Amino acid sequence: MVNRTPRALLLLAYGFVVCWVVIATLPFFWTLLGSFRVAPDFFSLDWSTVVTGEFTKKNTGGVLTTANYHRVWVEEQFWRNAINTAVVTVSVVVISLTFGVMGGYALARSRARYAFWILIGALVFRAMPHIALIAGYLYPFFQLGIWGYLPTTIIVLVAINQPFTIWMMRSFFLNVPTELDESALVDGSTRIQAFWHVIMPVMWPGVITTGLFSFLLAYNDFTVTVSLLTSENFTMVPKLNSFLGTNMYEGPRMNAIAAVVSTTAPLFLLVMFFQRQLVSGLTQGAVKG
Amino acid sequence: MPHKTFFWFIAPSMIAMILLIAVPLLNVTYQSMFHEHEKPLKEVQNCTVDFLTKKQKCITSVFVDTEKLKEQKGIGEFIGLRLYGGYQLFAFEAIGREWDNRKDLGQFIGRVFNLPLYNALIFTFAYTFLTTPLVLLLGFVVALTINSIARSIRGPVIFASLLPMIITPLIGSLVLFWMIDGNGILGSAVQFLAGNPNLSLKASTPMMWTVILIYGIWHSTPFAMIVFYAGLQTVPSDQIEAAMIDGGSRLDRIRYVVLPHLMPLIMFVTLIHLMDAFRVFEPIIGFHAEAHVKSISFLIYEHLVVQETPLWGTGSATSVLTVILVLILLTPVLIRTWREFRR
Repeated sequence: MVNRTPRALLLLAYGFVVCWVVIATLPFFWTLLGSFRVAPDFFSLDWSTVVTGEFTKKNTGGVLTTANYHRVWVEEQFWRNAINTAVVTVSVVVISLTFGVMGGYALARSRARYAFWILIGALVFRAMPHIALIAGYLYPFFQLGIWGYLPTTIIVLVAINQPFTIWMMRSFFLNVPTELDESALVDGSTRIQAFWHVIMPVMWPGVITTGLFSFLLAYNDFTVTVSLLTSENFTMVPKLNSFLGTNMYEGPRMNAIAAVVSTTAPLFLLVMFFQRQLVSGLTQGAVKG
Repeated sequence: MPHKTFFWFIAPSMIAMILLIAVPLLNVTYQSMFHEHEKPLKEVQNCTVDFLTKKQKCITSVFVDTEKLKEQKGIGEFIGLRLYGGYQLFAFEAIGREWDNRKDLGQFIGRVFNLPLYNALIFTFAYTFLTTPLVLLLGFVVALTINSIARSIRGPVIFASLLPMIITPLIGSLVLFWMIDGNGILGSAVQFLAGNPNLSLKASTPMMWTVILIYGIWHSTPFAMIVFYAGLQTVPSDQIEAAMIDGGSRLDRIRYVVLPHLMPLIMFVTLIHLMDAFRVFEPIIGFHAEAHVKSISFLIYEHLVVQETPLWGTGSATSVLTVILVLILLTPVLIRTWREFRR
């Protein structure tokens, strides 16, 4: 039986999809274009100068200018923040996955009542607004003298990320049949050997998908990094927040725009290369809940 | 799995969560019972003799006494639950005063909702409960539409749809903020549509609320859409065919076959969105909206990070309140999960 969609409805559908794609992407293209303009173009009386680049031509001679990027990366030394972000993100992903893979495996294979309670506890922790935890960190961290450093932020982000990671890893482990562990155990290997040599080799897609979400959490974090790092140790997101002032001067505002585009670029690449894994990860949680 | 093996496998994850989530939550509760120390002040008198009139002129200035500040120990003075009634939280005293001075009930309610906590609460709840149905509806419509277009272009469309979701929330709101500027493309479009060239989205509280709600929908719809789209791929085709043979219209098929099939996914998206919406925070910074809109998370941020000397007690008490509200929000889910587990 063929399910034919009437032509008018199909046309409506395409129109709607075009609208949706424009709504989802226009802000990004707009800002990308604006980042190659001088301030009077981006913040002028008339939005059309962003497109025509009238003032950019007048002030610099060219249609596009890389002056904003030069100011941010060279003068403001945004590369330092980029390195901090890289350190934080890579560490959080690696540690979160190591902890999460083990925890997720245990939770997927245990039928004990306490495993259920741990999952419920993790769900409650997952729901906690991050800023509500900050009040609990600040004073002890000041007293211990560990406030402001990257390692402190990394372990905090790992912990905040754990509830989500163990839930997701658990649902991936549930897809691996128990018979696989059992046959390895019968063959005389220990639980750890079975885990490492039999289960992990088929788990890599799940690990990569979970890793992507840990990456997003660490990379996009503002709440934890802005409260727990000194301004010298800022990662990219709190740094670009510091470019936002109320003042209208050329520098800071255009700096923020160049920093925004610079910070967004890696995320763009991430979606381009890992679209399938991201989509499968989003639906994974839903199916196995 | 033997208990011992289970324990060793879960240990790193458990230790991280206990030390850095459970203990801080207890600490927040403890801290919320302490009032911050008053800043010790000292007066310093500076006298000069005016050399023409020979009169002595003295100026008294007030400084923070750094010596005494160093002597202060701990986070403050124990005051039990008194902070919860203070102006920054439930503000019982201020409410009592407004009640005594009320002209009518409307004015009284208006005044109460201007108090810091009530103002933030009303926005946080409005954001959470207004965006949820809209995100679900829009996500469902977009998923249905993408499901009906040619397979070859679905990939790029999904790529575009993922962008608002994976973007750093602060950046997502900033990017939109620059566009709704009176001189930005969206700001100009709104001015044109409203026929008022002086209309500013940033100048009025209702406008700012709307803008942040729209941002929230823009940011969260992709998640709902992706989950629903994946769900649509698994709708059993024999049921759809049966509905068609029975003469069901397109809408009937959606209502009686597709929606029931997607119900578990709708619950899932609702749960995740409620948890994320309740902590709304970054957009208020991105939209420079703190003069018009504050959420509970933003209040805590103000107490702890923006202030020159952090208000530990007030920030902690507000945090405890947030945690309690989240728990209340989660209760239905927890009860349901418990029932399913017992079965």
